[in-house]
Amino acid sequence: MKIHEYQGKEILRQFGVPVPRGISAFTVQEAVEAAQKLGGPVWVVKAQIHAGGRGKGGGVRVAKTIADVKRIAGEILGMQLKTHQTGPEGQKVRRLYIEDGADIQKEYYVSVVTDRATQKVAFIASSEGGMDIEEVAHSQPEKIIKLFVDPLVGLTDAQGKELAAGIGMPADSVAQTVDVLQKLYKCYMETDASLVEINPLNRSSKGQIMALDAKFNFDPNALFRHPEIVAYRDLDEEDAAEVEASKFDLAYISLDGNIGCLVNGAGLAMATMDTIKLFGAEPANFLDVGGGATPEKVTEAFKIMLKNPAVKAILVNIFGGIMKCDTIAMGIITACKATNLSVPLVVRMKGTNEELGKKMLADSGLPIISADSMADAAQAVVKALKAREA
Amino acid sequence: MSIYINKNTRVITQGITGKTGQFHTEKCQEYANGKACFVAGVNPKKAGESIFNIPIYASVRQAAAATQATVSVIYVPPAGAAAAIWEAVEADLDLAICITEGIPVRDMLMLRNRMKAKEAAGGKHTLLLGPNCPGLITPDEIKIGIMPGHIHRKGRIGVVSRSGTLTYEAVAQLTEIGLGQSSAVGIGGDPINGLKHIDVMQAFNDDPDTDAVIMIGEIGGPDEAEAALWCKANMKKPIVGFIAGVTAPAGKRMGHAGALISGGADTADAKLEIMEACGFTITRNPSEMAKLLKALL
Repeated sequence: MKIHEYQGKEILRQFGVPVPRGISAFTVQEAVEAAQKLGGPVWVVKAQIHAGGRGKGGGVRVAKTIADVKRIAGEILGMQLKTHQTGPEGQKVRRLYIEDGADIQKEYYVSVVTDRATQKVAFIASSEGGMDIEEVAHSQPEKIIKLFVDPLVGLTDAQGKELAAGIGMPADSVAQTVDVLQKLYKCYMETDASLVEINPLNRSSKGQIMALDAKFNFDPNALFRHPEIVAYRDLDEEDAAEVEASKFDLAYISLDGNIGCLVNGAGLAMATMDTIKLFGAEPANFLDVGGGATPEKVTEAFKIMLKNPAVKAILVNIFGGIMKCDTIAMGIITACKATNLSVPLVVRMKGTNEELGKKMLADSGLPIISADSMADAAQAVVKALKAREA
Repeated sequence: MSIYINKNTRVITQGITGKTGQFHTEKCQEYANGKACFVAGVNPKKAGESIFNIPIYASVRQAAAATQATVSVIYVPPAGAAAAIWEAVEADLDLAICITEGIPVRDMLMLRNRMKAKEAAGGKHTLLLGPNCPGLITPDEIKIGIMPGHIHRKGRIGVVSRSGTLTYEAVAQLTEIGLGQSSAVGIGGDPINGLKHIDVMQAFNDDPDTDAVIMIGEIGGPDEAEAALWCKANMKKPIVGFIAGVTAPAGKRMGHAGALISGGADTADAKLEIMEACGFTITRNPSEMAKLLKALL
């Protein structure tokens, strides 16, 4: 789960990591009032969207007068901010964060992430902060250092100093840096984060260390024990279909194609999407109906898929192990009737009571195409799609 | 021989009294030698009772002492699952199999490091399978987990996979063309877990009853690449490989917590390339896994 920068800074403040003073604003008037409250002499007007790359997209701008704040706020609020992480339509800016301008002497990069290979917590840091870290990784990989923390021990002073030295932190700021790194680690662990990224971590001309940006991502599996993080959720930043699907316990991801997919099991769902592509079409979504393909769930899944105007055909691929194929057939028949299904539907069912399930579909009177293998099913749905387009 | 489990394995079931635990324990008992294998359940509040004629104990340690069981299967809900695994580790079991999906990553991180610290201090090395896995099966002998027993046949092909239903797909294909399975092992879909592809491939390599292997992976993480490199140097048996998620977009969690592309090297295409370079027969068509394997025999 992602959150906004202003929320990330609230969290960092709670853990004692220095951040600039800032105030949220939803209107130009509020932005002006925020700037007056902060006092100046320099402010930064920041679009609050989940996607990164806001600066490059024109969503983060410095203001030196209240008049500037007013003008810039008016330009950014309501804009469709396009960044390399938003997709071509961009994301509408509904909230601004007005911050004290910082005294920037040197910008560093620090992030914390769980490393799968070592099963430890990794700190990734660089002296090249304030820019796209992927670009640094590409052009100056030697400037990126990695350090692994044993979660049974935490980030030691020695490791903190090693990291500070590794990014070229001047001696008079090392102690502060180690302290900030340890607080970042504690924050990462205690909030069950999956990513904490500070870019830039700033050193001022007076040697003060401060986090000028904060990007957080949280482990969805741990949200049940973090109601305070769940409270930060911004549904406006999420795909509407994905939000709807999660209400019915469906794992759903919107994609760009026109064949809706309904499958049980994440691996089988991905494999189904892959097979569709192999036979010349594109999946419209990933959808894992999980262990319970009940009539209710299948109907909700069909509804969500059909809300997408791009969907011109549907492929259902269910491996009925615990779930019986006749139960699944009942679910599909119910869903077809409930949604008045008018696009081609190919169903591939395998497993327990497979013959009975197939018979029920055939006897339903609905125009359902049955297939035996995944490849057959994908070919059939692509063919049906092309026939419609012809 | 078979790998990890056989008809003589004795199994403790943690979470046996929950809805999921009950449902699957009954099915496992009904499969092959299951009645003799599933010897104990654990529920501190129901110690002394029994379910499906299986005695319930207050702890894993007590269950193991009473029955000499060496394996535990865990159906405990996410909030308590990592602690349940640790209980099995502390009881010095050989193998803990965790079916549970949704365990917080931090809990698994702490658990795995505690397990390693225990071994580093000279303690017993307990294997972990999962979490978020369907379990494992030695056809005609024993099934531990949630896979449908009836699609399996006893034979000489090993199957290892992160995904449950995709494993069943491979197994069903093999059974249909007359190739039975020696073992089918689901390592699960989580990013911080126990046995990896490389471990199971090593086990299959050493197993005199396995002639060839289907290795199934998906996007996210370094496991398949690591296994492929090991196989290139060591594996003596033919392998068919499939990686799910060629169409998955970067940055999106595709169902499984571990199915998340983070860089460029853990996309499906990158993994398929490495596997092929390491001598795997790879396919982008999951419907032909068994057919390809048969051609290699």
